[in-house]
Amino acid sequence: MSADTDSDPDVMGLDHTTVTGWGRTAPTAARLIRPRSYEEAAAAVRDCGARGGIPRGLGRAYGDAAQNAGGSVLDMTALDRVHAIDADGGTVLCDAGVSLHRLMEVLLPLGWFVPVTPGTRYVTVGGAIGADIHGKNHHVSGSFARHVLALELLTADGEIRTVIPGTPLFDATAGGMGLTGVILTATIRLQPVETSLMSVDTERATDLDDLMARLAATDHRYRYSVAWIDLLARGAATGRAVLTRGDHAPLDALPARLRRDPLAFRTPRLPATPEILPEGLLSRTTVGLFNELWYRKAPRARTGRLQRISPFFHPLDGVPHWNRVYGRGGFVQYQFVVGYGREDALRRIVRRISERRCPSFLAVLKRFGESDPGWLSFPVPGWTLALDIPAGLPGLGAFLDELDEEIAAAGGRVYLAKDARLRPELLAAMYPRLDDFRELRARLDPRGVFVSDLARRLSL
Amino acid sequence: MKDAFGLPQSLLVLGGTSEIALATARRLIARRTRTVWLAGRPSPALEEAAGQLRGLGADVHTVAFDALDPASHEAVLGKVFAEGDVDMVLLAFGLLGDQARDEREPEAAVRVAQTNYTGAVSAGLVCARSLQSQGHGSLVVMSSVAGERARRANFIYGSSKAGLDAFAQGLGDALHGTGVHVMIVRPGFVRTRMTAGLPEAPLATTPEAVATAVELGLRRRTETVWVPGTLRVVMAALRHLPRAVFRRLPV
Repeated sequence: MSADTDSDPDVMGLDHTTVTGWGRTAPTAARLIRPRSYEEAAAAVRDCGARGGIPRGLGRAYGDAAQNAGGSVLDMTALDRVHAIDADGGTVLCDAGVSLHRLMEVLLPLGWFVPVTPGTRYVTVGGAIGADIHGKNHHVSGSFARHVLALELLTADGEIRTVIPGTPLFDATAGGMGLTGVILTATIRLQPVETSLMSVDTERATDLDDLMARLAATDHRYRYSVAWIDLLARGAATGRAVLTRGDHAPLDALPARLRRDPLAFRTPRLPATPEILPEGLLSRTTVGLFNELWYRKAPRARTGRLQRISPFFHPLDGVPHWNRVYGRGGFVQYQFVVGYGREDALRRIVRRISERRCPSFLAVLKRFGESDPGWLSFPVPGWTLALDIPAGLPGLGAFLDELDEEIAAAGGRVYLAKDARLRPELLAAMYPRLDDFRELRARLDPRGVFVSDLARRLSL
Repeated sequence: MKDAFGLPQSLLVLGGTSEIALATARRLIARRTRTVWLAGRPSPALEEAAGQLRGLGADVHTVAFDALDPASHEAVLGKVFAEGDVDMVLLAFGLLGDQARDEREPEAAVRVAQTNYTGAVSAGLVCARSLQSQGHGSLVVMSSVAGERARRANFIYGSSKAGLDAFAQGLGDALHGTGVHVMIVRPGFVRTRMTAGLPEAPLATTPEAVATAVELGLRRRTETVWVPGTLRVVMAALRHLPRAVFRRLPV
């Protein structure tokens, strides 16, 4: 297969690389291109060939959103300049390849923080807009695109357009999974902070109803709010959880020792997870033990504890390549939302997952606030649950299909940035603006230049 | 595209009336597969197989394909790939032949060899090339335990499967890193039309069991699947028996 590859450009040669998402399932091969200027990016879009191209950031999407089998994948991480910071007004203009980690390094000393951060700092601004990411502050601040004042988009025709909120192209791009074009730069409104520390309240909930009652009653008092659920707990303890909530600590809450450098940004890192780990490391027993310990080590109730940014927002970032823990077979992350008033569906699903005994590390439950206008944007007002499950678990595909049905019937949806397995038939029910998205794409990109494995799989 | 569990949305079956292939297609349609291409010699049996799969909700097309006419493979299979991505190719055609007759009539023996080996080399290479330019897909090749060591009772069939098996192994290595996955399936005695009337071998299995093993292999991206799995150990032992002993075994 290799001798004649040079003479035939249609057949893949050595410049192709196998690409997967963070979950390491469904690998496909693509030509990786790393543009170092806007001109190179435009050239890459023009030359990406019959199987099209898709922008990729730091590869933290769990599924196949930033893969493009047989085509081009545009690695945008070389375009990583921070162009301008308005330290008075609280805005930043930067390239799409800049990571949230980098933004925090630059902005925190100036007293500003990113408006929204997911569970990892290692996502790019372009990816954050493409997936319209949310964080622990969604119930207060909405998703990432709400804080984007403008962006520059390289579209299929090779043009660079300035896109502002309130326009169809903005709403298709926010959450559009990179399929409307390549985001080159973005202007983002920032969050003012007095210190780089978080003031954190922790409490335990004994079961799911207790948890939901606590979240519903007091969420509005916290900017950041999240609950870690032990989905291996059964019986009366089903849905037992640790709630962690807080806000940026004001300067006067700091002890004198920390007041000398209140905006310091420290991010300890452990050695990377080894490339090869034994299969079956994550069994029901090991994960169950871990969950038990995690639950027990959390204080029953503690308020005002000072914590750094990294352990509060991004506990897993301290362990590079933690995704390898799931072994060669990889894992799927399942995140869904069901609206307020559909708590019955949430209870049923949590019970089914608990009964199924999926070896899932602490799952994450939180409440979403108002949704944003992105047509394929994930958050809607309601309850969202996210969990990781090893992909090799027998019968997992069929089990998750059943959950999808239940979620769709309850008017809920799953998150495309994490998906690697949804049945395409359910997509339109979950995302009512799907037809608008398809129609805009057909008009903006008639030749289908922008395409990904996700787009092929779900006919986006 | 395949999903996180390796399940294909579109399937091309070479040997569209094979019972093992159809059992596999039924299983995959129950999961994710929506488009099926059944390639084989035009016949009422091929149309009937297509009709049955349509009844399960899949969009099924039949394609006139003849393993014994390699010159046509490029054109015939090229048309299928031109219609859209093929996530999985199941190479399942093959002849068992009649050992006694084939020993007497070399031309009949050659037909077995040409179908099982030459035809598969040609179709396998054509599909591999298309899968490679897609950058993804699985090529699942139906080999046989008979290819693992030639037996007196069916060495003509066995030798053709040995050739196919070696070809598929090499092809899998050639395609490593291209996003294409080659999986060799080595079933033992499968109860089908092909083996009807033959004395049943130990560890006999069914088309449905082969289909289950294929689904599991896709999920794990396995390179070699034995059906049933215990055959891996049994054959490892048999392979190393001295010939003087092997030839006397009642297998």
